[in-house]
Amino acid sequence: MTPQPGLLNPAYALCHREVTRFFRQRSRIVGAFGTPLLFWVLIGSGLGNSFRGMAGSQMSYLEYFYPGTLVLILLFSAIFATFSIIEDRHAGFLQGVLAAPVPRMSIVLGKILGGATLAFIQAVLFLVLAPAIGIAVHPVGWVILLPVLFLIAMSLVAMGFYFAWSLDSTQGYHAIMNMVMIPMWLLSGAFFPQEGAFVWVRWIMAINPLTYGVAAVRHCLYWGEPQTAGLPSLPLSLAGIALFGAILFVLSSWKIRSTTARDLG
Amino acid sequence: MDDDYPAVEITEVDHFYGERQALSGVTFDVRPGEIFGLLGPNGGGKTTLFRIVSTLFDASSGCIRVFGMDTKSQSDRVRQQMGVVFQSFSLDKLLTVEENLKCQGRLYGLSGSDLQERIVDRLKKVGLQDRLKDRVGTLSGGMQRRVEIAKGLLHEPRLLLMDEPSTGLDPGARIDLWRYLKKLQLEEGTTLFLTTHLMEEAEKCDRLGILSQGKLVGLGSPSELKNEIGGEVVTLGIQHREGVSETIASALSTEVHVHNGGLRFEIPQAKDRIDEILKLLPEEPESIHIGKATLEDVFIHRTGHRFWEEEEPPA
Repeated sequence: MTPQPGLLNPAYALCHREVTRFFRQRSRIVGAFGTPLLFWVLIGSGLGNSFRGMAGSQMSYLEYFYPGTLVLILLFSAIFATFSIIEDRHAGFLQGVLAAPVPRMSIVLGKILGGATLAFIQAVLFLVLAPAIGIAVHPVGWVILLPVLFLIAMSLVAMGFYFAWSLDSTQGYHAIMNMVMIPMWLLSGAFFPQEGAFVWVRWIMAINPLTYGVAAVRHCLYWGEPQTAGLPSLPLSLAGIALFGAILFVLSSWKIRSTTARDLG
Repeated sequence: MDDDYPAVEITEVDHFYGERQALSGVTFDVRPGEIFGLLGPNGGGKTTLFRIVSTLFDASSGCIRVFGMDTKSQSDRVRQQMGVVFQSFSLDKLLTVEENLKCQGRLYGLSGSDLQERIVDRLKKVGLQDRLKDRVGTLSGGMQRRVEIAKGLLHEPRLLLMDEPSTGLDPGARIDLWRYLKKLQLEEGTTLFLTTHLMEEAEKCDRLGILSQGKLVGLGSPSELKNEIGGEVVTLGIQHREGVSETIASALSTEVHVHNGGLRFEIPQAKDRIDEILKLLPEEPESIHIGKATLEDVFIHRTGHRFWEEEEPPA
């Protein structure tokens, strides 16, 4: 008889597996990092200086779009990481995990930590470009930014887990991605600011959890500078995104408490 | 300690997929230390029962206990006692053999040098110690199956569940597998509970349960089951069968089944009664075959149809 595995040891094992797999699939590196980078360069340069951003700022669109691209990298990485739930089910790996004496919460936690680690690494790579476009981040901003990125990543993976678990095909996931996740990002202040939008759009943006994620990133990048005027405050932003993640973590853990034949592929 | 309990005790298990009933009133025990085979055609309910016993989902009704513990209310304790080898590989092909086993060990609460020693030990037992650093995807099907078994045995379970363990193995690898399973039973006292659709694999089990269309239609050792047939099996290849079945059935007081375009029945001392049989036929048969009962005959005897005739409902 072996000891009870506890919550963290299995989560660590699953997280470690996630990260190892990632570095053995080159196409995934390109997908999660390359696409947002390309968006950023093309859309950012395309709109160039024709963009009238936040009131009073002389920001180029390339710069305005930069924090949103960071969040898009997190979102894409989270989507790719949770895609693998569907693959694991078809490949059989998942049933091996489900037959183990592991608390179900630990299975969700393992996926969240693994996915968030990968998302975080890619976002940090992109941060290297910040100085190149004239964003000089205050040291305090840096210190807060890194855990903030990790927090947003965890919340997004928790969301991805929740959706991916109920789907038996990657096509189904594509639909959710296009109808829920991408619009969520578009209406988060990543793409355009809240101020100039129609009222109904502003309302959606106000209840969109990702709005708070993007705002938190802006607060860190422009620590102590006026560019964040009009955004939700940093504490509110952090609370918003953390609450969102916590709710989805609990919902996901609840969802996988009992499995059915369909969940096993 | 709890050796008084059966290794697996299945009581009145029913399972439904929506409207379709996959298992119906299945009841039997697996005794500690034996190799028990669940024999049946694909679609007969084997995999459903396997998944329920392995705690992947609950039966619609009925009760399953593993060493006395309920699979529903004490699922984590059951999981600790049990190793599971799935038919579809549960190994991650992108990871090495060692990485797969490490991940598995941690899921079962193992870590550090204890885990490392177990990994090396189990791989030695399945003869793959030199493949520790190889990616699973580069191994042959037989080797992957052996890693899968090593994985299932990492936490020293008292019961090993295996779903169609010979799937995808060539004949040589099957012989090796069975040599290893017998050794495991003798040396470690592990109880083995496996499903199979292969008659020759079923022959090697200590006891068998025959599952057909969701019902248990036979239970016993392979020889007990075959002795039930009480005689030899005659298969006649004939063109014109009208009325012949009835004639044979009443003259030889046996049951006659039509299968593969021929007639099949069981009688004692068939070899000495060929003339008697031929006289009952309106024409000379194309072929006449007399054989000892096989497990397939047991299946036909119990269900009235051939093993492979069973309809395969969508999974």
